[in-house]
Amino acid sequence: MSLDNETVKNIANLARIKVGDDKLYHLAGELSAILSWVEQLNAVDTEGVEPLASVVDVTLPLRTDVVSDGDCRDKVLANAPEVEDGFYAVPKVVE
Amino acid sequence: MTKLTDLTISAARDGLNGGDFTAVELTEAHIVAMEDARGLNAFITETPDIALERAGESDGRRKAGAAVGAMDGIPVAIKDLFCTEGVLTTAGSHILDGFTPPYESTVSGNLRAAGSVMLGKTNMDEFAMGSANITSYYGNVINPWKGKDGKDLVPGGSSGGSAAAVAGRLALAATGTDTGGSIRQPASFSGIVGLKPTYGRCSRWGIVAFASSLDQAGPMTRSVRDAAIMLGAMAGHDPKDSTSAPVEVPDFEAALNGDIKGLRVGIPKEYRMDGMDPEIDKLWSEGIDMMKDGGAEIIDVSLPNTEHALPTYYIIAPAEASANLARYDGVRYGLRVDGDSLDEMYANTRAEGFGDEVQRRVLIGAYVLSAGFYDAYYRKAQRVRRLISNDFKKAYESVDVLLTPTAPSAAFAIAEKMDDPVAMYLNDVFTVPASLAGMPGISVPTGLSHQGLPLGLQLIGKPFDEETLLKAADVLEAAAGFDGRPA
Amino acid sequence: MTYILEGDTGDWEVVIGLEVHAQIISNSKLFSGSATSFGAEPNTHVSLVDAAMPGMLPVINEHCIEQAVRTGLGLKAEINLVSVFDRKNYFYADLPQGYQISQLYHPIVGEGTVILDLDDGSTREVGIERLHMEQDAGKSMHDQDPKRSFIDLNRSGTGLMEIVSRPDLKSPEDVGAYLRKLRSILRYLGTCDGNMDEGSMRCDVNVSVRKVGEIELRNRAEVKNVNSVRFAMQAVEIEARRQIDVYEDGGDVIQETRLFDSVNGETRPMRSKEHAHDYRYFPDPDLLPLELTQEYVDNIKATLPELPDERKARYMGAFGLSAYDAGVLVAERDTAQYYEEVAAGHDPKLAANWVISNLFAVLKEKGVGISESPVSAKSLSKLLDLLKDDTISGRIAKDVFEIMVAEGKEAEAIVEEKGLKQITDTGAIETAVDEVIANSPEQVEQYKSGNEKIAGWFVGQVMKATGGKANPPMVNQMLKDKLK
Ligand SMILES: [Mg+2]
Ligand SMILES: [Zn+2]
Repeated sequence: MSLDNETVKNIANLARIKVGDDKLYHLAGELSAILSWVEQLNAVDTEGVEPLASVVDVTLPLRTDVVSDGDCRDKVLANAPEVEDGFYAVPKVVE
Repeated sequence: MTKLTDLTISAARDGLNGGDFTAVELTEAHIVAMEDARGLNAFITETPDIALERAGESDGRRKAGAAVGAMDGIPVAIKDLFCTEGVLTTAGSHILDGFTPPYESTVSGNLRAAGSVMLGKTNMDEFAMGSANITSYYGNVINPWKGKDGKDLVPGGSSGGSAAAVAGRLALAATGTDTGGSIRQPASFSGIVGLKPTYGRCSRWGIVAFASSLDQAGPMTRSVRDAAIMLGAMAGHDPKDSTSAPVEVPDFEAALNGDIKGLRVGIPKEYRMDGMDPEIDKLWSEGIDMMKDGGAEIIDVSLPNTEHALPTYYIIAPAEASANLARYDGVRYGLRVDGDSLDEMYANTRAEGFGDEVQRRVLIGAYVLSAGFYDAYYRKAQRVRRLISNDFKKAYESVDVLLTPTAPSAAFAIAEKMDDPVAMYLNDVFTVPASLAGMPGISVPTGLSHQGLPLGLQLIGKPFDEETLLKAADVLEAAAGFDGRPA
Repeated sequence: MTYILEGDTGDWEVVIGLEVHAQIISNSKLFSGSATSFGAEPNTHVSLVDAAMPGMLPVINEHCIEQAVRTGLGLKAEINLVSVFDRKNYFYADLPQGYQISQLYHPIVGEGTVILDLDDGSTREVGIERLHMEQDAGKSMHDQDPKRSFIDLNRSGTGLMEIVSRPDLKSPEDVGAYLRKLRSILRYLGTCDGNMDEGSMRCDVNVSVRKVGEIELRNRAEVKNVNSVRFAMQAVEIEARRQIDVYEDGGDVIQETRLFDSVNGETRPMRSKEHAHDYRYFPDPDLLPLELTQEYVDNIKATLPELPDERKARYMGAFGLSAYDAGVLVAERDTAQYYEEVAAGHDPKLAANWVISNLFAVLKEKGVGISESPVSAKSLSKLLDLLKDDTISGRIAKDVFEIMVAEGKEAEAIVEEKGLKQITDTGAIETAVDEVIANSPEQVEQYKSGNEKIAGWFVGQVMKATGGKANPPMVNQMLKDKLK
């Protein structure tokens, strides 16, 4: 699959990574090369093969419903770039 | 007497127990070595104060006759992917600028509980994405080994700083993480032992995630025995990680009895690839002979889907990474680059915070999961992953371990293979299949290249049978008698 | 009753489906051990997992699973013994992981049913498409500062059940009936408190319109996060009208996400959702598939309470109540329990009357729920005892009830204290009757000349003379005999 600039722009927007127009062409080329290479999988016959999401051979472990965590606002906010009155602060969002 | 920095964990343990030297002396020797070797750029953060404090505590325990841990007083380096309480943790990325976790990863916590002494946080490929340790925001790591031409070489990646620290005698051992080969390949490039345990053997809690279904922590050491000791200290079921296996941790060191009589060693024919470096081929054949001489039975096996492993991996790992790295958004920690709107702030932060390789993988990951492409790429890769896993299961019906090369080449110079991502990906060709199948694998240094550089062989074991894997590796190590070290 | 909107080009009908997000009642969050309680200081009920710190991992809360299964059973739905958690990827300030753990491809609960109780007493089935579990997001506050939004993650990671209906709803009334019924079921089950004010139940309303007679569905708009039953009903009305206007002006309704503005009575496109989303769902590699056994499901099934529909049927069948009365009484579990305590040992219809007419009026006036009723079920039941054994008359009972409400005393004590016991002594009643007859020659004349309606007037006079305490049937009989 060869990706055009528009597609790369869209993916970059989905991934929230700013890509300048000057870099777009080069990036599209690199990504296209990687995709073309992984597309060799198309040749593998996977008819009737169940997808494998995890190699772990146990069932999902469950936790009992007790409050055992939280109440650590200092830790939660300690590394934040901007904090105000116990809130994280971000550029204003318009809904 | 051997220099303190040349000891193995087992020898240092004996020396500490016998009172030949103190943990503080041992640690001081490593701090000096670490400072002298800053040119290698193996560490992002050195923690000499923490090291001396913990070494002192360790000496106190021994002095008081208190119970000591399996690694009490042993100075180790921690890959900067492990969150360490109160110590900068970067994952080799600009985006984690200044991030000081208020918590300790389970594995580094286990090592601490076993008495080990943290020397510092080692450099690595950004978010563990790379095979040469050239994608770190903190600069590339230099392999302590030099070829005959004297050029600077890569240590392999992504655990390149850990590999360089252990090979360069800056730490007795180090933690690594392996997603597609990031412990085994740098171990091979640096002439040390690197063990990726079975997926689920070590907790992932507190390790910055790259690809969750593949990431696994493991030891990087200068001997197989050391790997056994250190794995025992790192491993264990962790209820905080839903994929951590509820299995007992055996005494791995006790498994090293040197007896591989009748052990069935599989040689997968698909690993003998077109255009294989004859040096690697020869190394492999020699390794086969060593196992045979030890009394093992050599059996040819087939893992027919081997050639599909790399492209499968390069769909699944970026897909998982694209989601795992979404949390680096400039809101709660790390770098923030302002913007006029929230979305602009995100996009600016992530553009500046992530390096090129990380950006490529995040974008590929987002693409293969996106509407209309999910089935063709991601689901397809998951199906092929099952075929690869089935190959191993089938092989293990007739063999106990597999023997293969670890990497297709020795360490290369820093400028080589840098501009073509796909060429770089080929470094992991022998390590990725076991990662996809969740099998444990170990790289043992067994020879030198014509350039005088170390080369490793890989043994792959059955799930949760690290004991057999380590036993075989121990025999291979002894037979190879590898005693090379960087000049 | 059909809901038809007239337009210039003809009649239109509305097609509505609801996605209800119901917060699961649990002590701790879906994937972390922090508390779920409402109203704490910002970012205090937050663990490192909820804040998506690097390397943090989810571990699922077993009680939340049980609650989802219980809800599924209450919705008469199939329980999927294997379900899978997926990551739904999108960026938003109050979504710290950059993805929400949800269930897309394999939800825990499949198809089910909700029965609507409509105002005219009729019922209708609405299909449930699925119920899945997911994490709630945090909260963003946009109005505090001109340049910044503030983020509180207290709600982040709380367990939600998203209950998705089929597009079987056809009017604002349907929407109201559906939400009220769903809330009632969840409260009976104890799986969600249904408190829309505090946001523990919120709904997305999918609205489309089509010409009456059309089969195909047209494009729908999703009106997000509506937080009261009344607003949901209004949103349907307003959005349907908007869409009709768009079509009749020759335009086309686009599939989009809109916001309901209750102040201005309009819906408008959401800026934050402007870009068509591509959520890139894939199975969360930090979690494994959730596998349940049939035995586990059966055990939960065995503990289900009697639900409103079954209870209503019992009230109509065994108690002979009307559909309306039964519906009103079962809507809240507390009310039904109150009613049953009152009805025990009494005529169930009489008890229903007392609860619905008298008690509800008092509760409404005082603006309190039945749990804070000034008259307990036991006290009301004792009042009915006095009626039953003829200690007081129905009229006096109403007075006694008022005093009970005002003074909080028991009926018996009030009757005793105020001497309200019914007069059943024939002599005393006869004296009163004779006196009234003697004093009312004119009325006696009218009665005798055939105006039997005036009999009621005589009864009233006698009751007045006895302070309302005379036994009414006895007064009736005696008047009849004497006026013959
Ligand atoms: Mg919705
Ligand atoms: Zn939802």
